[in-house]
Amino acid sequence: MTSLRSGPRRRWAYQLDVKGSPYLYIAPFFLLFGLLGMFPLLYTAYVSLTDWNLLDSNREWVGLANYAELLADDYFWNALFNTVSIWLLSTVPQLLAALFIAHMLNRRLRARTLFRMGVLLPNVTSIVAVTIIFAQLFGRDFGMVNWALDLVGLDPIDWQAGTLSSHVAISMIVIWRWTGYNALIYLAAMQTIPEGLYEAARLDGASQFTQFRKITVPMLRPTIIFTAVVSTIGGFQIIAEPLLFQAGTGNPTGGSDRQFQTVGLYLYEQGFSMYEFGYASAIAWSLCLIIVVVALVNFAITRRIRSS
Amino acid sequence: MATVTAVRRRLNPRGAGFWTYAALVAVLLGSLFPIYWSLVVASHDNDAIASVPPVLTPGGHLFENIARVFDTTPFGLAMLNSVLVSGSVTISVVFFSTLAGFAFAKLRFRGRNVLLLVAIATTTVPQQLGIIPLYILMAEFGWTGKIQAVIVPGLVTAFGVFLMTQYLSSAIPDELLEAGRIDGCSTLRLFWHVVLPAARPAAAVLGLFTFMHAWNDFFWPLVVLTPENPTVQFALSSLASGYTTDYALVLTGTVLAIVPIVAVFAALGRQIIGGIMSGAIKG
Repeated sequence: MTSLRSGPRRRWAYQLDVKGSPYLYIAPFFLLFGLLGMFPLLYTAYVSLTDWNLLDSNREWVGLANYAELLADDYFWNALFNTVSIWLLSTVPQLLAALFIAHMLNRRLRARTLFRMGVLLPNVTSIVAVTIIFAQLFGRDFGMVNWALDLVGLDPIDWQAGTLSSHVAISMIVIWRWTGYNALIYLAAMQTIPEGLYEAARLDGASQFTQFRKITVPMLRPTIIFTAVVSTIGGFQIIAEPLLFQAGTGNPTGGSDRQFQTVGLYLYEQGFSMYEFGYASAIAWSLCLIIVVVALVNFAITRRIRSS
Repeated sequence: MATVTAVRRRLNPRGAGFWTYAALVAVLLGSLFPIYWSLVVASHDNDAIASVPPVLTPGGHLFENIARVFDTTPFGLAMLNSVLVSGSVTISVVFFSTLAGFAFAKLRFRGRNVLLLVAIATTTVPQQLGIIPLYILMAEFGWTGKIQAVIVPGLVTAFGVFLMTQYLSSAIPDELLEAGRIDGCSTLRLFWHVVLPAARPAAAVLGLFTFMHAWNDFFWPLVVLTPENPTVQFALSSLASGYTTDYALVLTGTVLAIVPIVAVFAALGRQIIGGIMSGAIKG
């Protein structure tokens, strides 16, 4: 029995186990991800070169015609402008506020966990629920924001109707959901900054704010780059917020005048309201390209934050 | 008083003062208010919405409104669907990520580094951009409108593989695996008896995030499902898309959609925060 088990057959089985089994373990991931993750992405490129409408069985190869059409499409440029505007209005205040909140959370605090959970809570709620709540808060007639404006003697605003006002309201949703999350990322990075740096600065008489500006921010540089790039990738793909902010219709136009339609929402409109799969795929690839370019620009800018 | 504060400041310069607490409490209230307020609206009838100044305390109509939500939309079915989707996706992601993570972190095989690099690179690709071919694929399978169209594409994530690879490579000493091998353990038995137990802390964090993500996912279910067979988020969006807006009804829906996640968060928030702060969870 023992001689058999340690014989050539067993050695062969052992070899097979050691050399072969790793492939078995990674196979489920690569098979599923390849079929349902990577393949669709690459196939988008092919679809974008065809005139493919779901309701029409004729699929014609049209080369780059979809892209040419896109470049001349006012709705696309309008959507791109809205996307950039909402992204700027949400990302810049969000990351600045996150930095200050993290700075405060980094002090010695009572009820530390409570505060941390409190700032993260918005991030675990669903975009759908939050957008509905905010659409109501920013409502024209019974919204609490307009009521508060009235209290301080300002005129009510029809938040949905204006370009800037709708962008501000949608940005508030993004800011509310993501500031706490980014604050915790910053907090984690702040905790790795050696305490000695602050002590030395204090001995030199540096104020809290100077310490923040000259020590904290430069030391956080890699983290700030990371959050800026991640917010870019996320911010340029915003769909659900503008879709649901237009209360009462579920319409993918992003406002009666398309004043808050983002590129992602335009993709959704073309793909799943008009079923123009070819054109929508061209939007998808263009958006991907734009995201890569903006993320790189962002990377270049944030990299220039002075390192002490 | 001022001097006492000043002295304390000098003794304990990193301690938080009054203004820090005041600002943090304000941030906390800002975080809580929209959620609290949806609860307020959900517990009143519609007449209360239009009142000036707005009502700020909960009323007594919550259960009546919940009953109305279940009457007007297939919310029970939506809940069941969401539990099925989030549950199966979570179990699958955790299991397959641990399996692949084990192979990448602890086994030697040809092409390992290249394959790992491919897996990591794909985490940065915006997945929404493949949505049209994915829809075409689901239509080919005859899955549109069915719940498996939401489950199957979520069964594995590149991020999960990346997370478990990172965790397992430092959590399990190579000596332990070698000792197991000398004792005649096959790779599969090593995985079952050594790796799975050791992976538990990271698996818990991955599972939590996967569950919350699946529960809150909206866009893909919206595209591929129908209003008759929705997930919770989809049902909620249909509820809000009626031509006459019944705020009490809609915000009761948001309360129902948020409650399960807030309960999970209240129970396991510490681990979630730990996961984010250890740099484990990105995006």
